[in-house]
Amino acid sequence: MATLAELCIAAVAEAFRTTRELVGTGIGPIPRLGVGLAKLTHSPGLMMTDGEAFLVEQPVPIGPRAYEDRKPAGYLPFSRFFDSAVWGGRRHAMVTPTQVDRFGQTNLSALGGTHAQPKTQMLGARGFPGNGIYHANSMFIPAHGPRVFVAGEVDRVSSPGYNPARRIAGGNYSAIDLKRIVTNLCVMDFGGPDYAVRVISLHPGVTFAEVETATGFPLIDAVAGETPLPTEEQLAIINRLDPHGIRHSVLAENPPAIRSAS
Amino acid sequence: MSTLDKRMSAAEIVGRLSNGMTLGIGGWGPRRKPMALVREILRSDLKDLTIVSYGGPDVGMLCAAGKVKKLVFAFVSLDAIPLEPWFRKAREAGAIEVLELDEGMFQWGLKAAAFQLPFLPTRVGLGTDLIDLGGLKTVQSPYDDREVMVAMPALKLDAALIHVQRCDHRGNVQALGPDTYYDEWFAKAADQCFVSAEELVPAMEDAYPEDARANLFERCFVTGVTEAKGGAHPTSLPPDYGWDMGWFKKYAAAAKDPGDWASVAAQFVGATEAEYLASVGGMEAVGALPLPVF
Repeated sequence: MATLAELCIAAVAEAFRTTRELVGTGIGPIPRLGVGLAKLTHSPGLMMTDGEAFLVEQPVPIGPRAYEDRKPAGYLPFSRFFDSAVWGGRRHAMVTPTQVDRFGQTNLSALGGTHAQPKTQMLGARGFPGNGIYHANSMFIPAHGPRVFVAGEVDRVSSPGYNPARRIAGGNYSAIDLKRIVTNLCVMDFGGPDYAVRVISLHPGVTFAEVETATGFPLIDAVAGETPLPTEEQLAIINRLDPHGIRHSVLAENPPAIRSAS
Repeated sequence: MSTLDKRMSAAEIVGRLSNGMTLGIGGWGPRRKPMALVREILRSDLKDLTIVSYGGPDVGMLCAAGKVKKLVFAFVSLDAIPLEPWFRKAREAGAIEVLELDEGMFQWGLKAAAFQLPFLPTRVGLGTDLIDLGGLKTVQSPYDDREVMVAMPALKLDAALIHVQRCDHRGNVQALGPDTYYDEWFAKAADQCFVSAEELVPAMEDAYPEDARANLFERCFVTGVTEAKGGAHPTSLPPDYGWDMGWFKKYAAAAKDPGDWASVAAQFVGATEAEYLASVGGMEAVGALPLPVF
């Protein structure tokens, strides 16, 4: 039987469905497997890298492998990433921020304290500000809870969202495009009034009330049904892209896709 | 007539630097960092530095040693150990000033400096905390669109430090490997650029003419060169060697226990570069470090 991680991978693949040719970046095992799955099924226009510098047409399996065990078909090093992928809007990235707020603003910089002395220093803004203003973005949150989906605003705004109070008159925010949030409980989007966050599908056995309780801001119930289980074809591809089973270690206790009735 | 002989020792390079300077450090996180030159700074009395870096252990070590007044960064990471532990300690102690940027803004600032411009416009930073926290200004397009953008200030460097595979005495460099990040722009943004190389050859045109396309920046951007075998260790230098995960683990653990740089500095810096290289097993061990896969 499929695991919840595999259901999430299929949901990620759906988030990346596209008719365009653009770079698909999934940071972390489940997002990356989902992009690979999308590329190998419904969205062949997606472009992926080996995680280092080369574009590959066959997604590189995750986990230990020989260095040369990837077939470069193109070249996309960091040294041309902004001009080729980010600043032209030819990319969709899925990341796992530490905090997300109701505007879709995310935080990867620091928690608490002050800018001069944060309580917890994290990575830094990385490429989040540019990603957010220039191309499509989605999120994967492996442990849906109110410390991630915070009430109010995130502690530091690393990537822009749909917060009108943060917009400077005359600035061009037209490329801000937040697609989906896939979590261990549900799939959400920004399709409500003024980009409010909606729950659009619940994973099998999860209730809307449960998701609401686990979220620090109000949600709109736009549940159209259960998040689909991965098909046999999808599971076979996932297994090929993750030969070491790294996906099984992402979600706490690696639960099955369908909750046991307890 | 000048002989264009730019050879100098690592100590001579550090001798050209002074307190309070703004130093750019090439590489990206735990990849192709000029660590031999960073170690030489750590062996010196230099202080009050402003460091401009896509940060890895270079930033962590300089912060730990109290060399840093201000850091210009977009991230500091060891990749497999995502949060650089010594950088984190410095930040959580409020020990350094910072200018936090986006990765793309960062290279844009280097390019502005390279082109001798005061700033370059960008949309990046709009809608985030970077503008207010960094004191960044906006600029309006003078054309009909009247768009308001962030004016990314030039990141002018007093000096840049870069590590490559090969160079000759005149400063002809060759940087191999799948990615050279923004090293080219560090070189061009700096008043002086110092290059360490795995191999210092007498004349590039005789040694490796077939690899001339690996000449990442022209020799007019190079002030001084020095040979430093294993000069990127513990960071990676594909295709020559990978990063040293065992070293990173010890270094990260030391940030917790004993948590005091002074008591571990000798282990991670060494009294001399030769001693350091020997302490990590020499070039035989460094050359055998597997290339990381992603």
